[in-house]
Amino acid sequence: MNFDVEKIRKDFPLLQRTVYNKPLIYLDNAATNQKPRQVLQRMADYYENENSNIHRGTHKLSIQATTAYEQARQTVAQFIHAPAAEQIIFTKGTTESINLVAATFGERFVQNGDEILITHMEHHSNIVPWQLMCGRRGATLRVADIAEDGTLDMDDFKRKLTPKTKLVAFAHVSNTLGTINPAQQLVKLAHDAGARVLIDGAQAVAHLPVDVQALDCDFYCFSAHKIYGPMGNGVLYGKKEILEELPPYQGGGEMISEVTFDKTTFNELPFRFEAGTPNVAGALGLEAALHYIQSVGARAMHQYENDLLLYATEKLSAISGLIIYGNSPEKTGVVTFNLAGIHSYDVGTLLDKFGVAVRTGHMCTQPLTVFYGVPGFIRASFSMYNTRQEVDALADAILRSREMLL
Amino acid sequence: METISEKENKIVDEFEIYDDWLDKYNYLIEMGKDLPQIDEKHKVKQNLISGCQSSVWLYGEYRDGRVYFSADSDAVITKGIVNLLIRVLSGQTPQAIIDTDLVFIDKIGLKEHLSPTRSNGLVSMIKQMKLYALAFKTKYELKSEK
Repeated sequence: MNFDVEKIRKDFPLLQRTVYNKPLIYLDNAATNQKPRQVLQRMADYYENENSNIHRGTHKLSIQATTAYEQARQTVAQFIHAPAAEQIIFTKGTTESINLVAATFGERFVQNGDEILITHMEHHSNIVPWQLMCGRRGATLRVADIAEDGTLDMDDFKRKLTPKTKLVAFAHVSNTLGTINPAQQLVKLAHDAGARVLIDGAQAVAHLPVDVQALDCDFYCFSAHKIYGPMGNGVLYGKKEILEELPPYQGGGEMISEVTFDKTTFNELPFRFEAGTPNVAGALGLEAALHYIQSVGARAMHQYENDLLLYATEKLSAISGLIIYGNSPEKTGVVTFNLAGIHSYDVGTLLDKFGVAVRTGHMCTQPLTVFYGVPGFIRASFSMYNTRQEVDALADAILRSREMLL
Repeated sequence: METISEKENKIVDEFEIYDDWLDKYNYLIEMGKDLPQIDEKHKVKQNLISGCQSSVWLYGEYRDGRVYFSADSDAVITKGIVNLLIRVLSGQTPQAIIDTDLVFIDKIGLKEHLSPTRSNGLVSMIKQMKLYALAFKTKYELKSEK
């Protein structure tokens, strides 16, 4: 399929704007990417024509909205190759998905003396929920080391995977380093050791094909807003036999079957984990985003992004004094760097003034700043609508910033 | 001794000659490099104001009715603004420091750096400067009024 980036850019209204009277060069896509018009229109259309509460009314609108919401669930299931739509739980985002598992899996399966294994490259949202859960359950959080190039230390991972390990949680792709973890292999190792596995797919879904059955993971989470969808919606996929064993997360409407003041029985999957009125427009926006990716061609998009990463890596590596963190052979479109002797905040401040939006700071991965011994990083992250010309402009802005700061 | 607003006006005048942001930031970076060094013994954790982007160390002392500040930061642009704040506030009376609104930052177009979302330590630094002033006022001045 022919990948026409200029045509794609026209679908993204925000990319047409300027900052400080300069064209915006948006390279903070790992934080959130921009939304195509198709997503915005779908959400507006819902509120203009279909808005009503789902799963309860007998009236036309409610039936229509319910059908649309459940169709969105089906689309998500197909996108990640889940066996059934009932295994897709809509959440607020990856963070809530992880917290849901930490709370319910912890309550049901984690005892005093058990262990949870994560890696050194996790986002805070894949660290803190486990810490809290371990505190409540008397369990221990263990952390698999990484190597200098930002890849996982497989020997250390195997060493820390013990009969006490109840759950392994790791990022499919590191938000700071771009490292693609060998997910399938890690799941196999964890299962062989008797542990369940949660994969944080926040940084993966928009950049890699994801097949939860091939991965064989027990849980997979992601956020809509990092895959061209809206903020406030996300997904938790789980294996049916495990989801069915988990206790309820939040109580409320929608998740019940029968309520008396003595006892409540709970609804079936996935509704028992979706208490309260859900973000219907958010789910429909996510569905529109997934359709958009399909219309562009996922494979062509991945290929384009990979070419752009290679170009950016080559271009930035040529800048003297520029240090890249994360040199995994398997990597997505993220280049995280520093300029020797210059603080990341200074570089980020000047890049912003040149019209280049990047992320600076600890990227919600403070353990990685300690690992590399720096106060922060600068991260340029790419989406399907970025271009080589934008990479050139980034490189030029870095050179000019360095000149000012040295 | 010049008042706070006289010092603020002077800085506004200095920045007025630059209409290009590049020149303005070049000047700010120079100011950062020229920030008088803080005594190493004050550059301790207790005086550290951590932002998630950059950090600031701030130390204040009271002499003859006035407050004197010294500070440092790990980022040079932050240091430049720290330098401006010290030029304006160091050597003033506790009451003057408590009362000031520091309007010059906005006038020279650097207000964005004082937004809480920047998380560069500057917002907390100003709060901390005012707290120093308040503490010195309580400790030295209210006592003598009795």
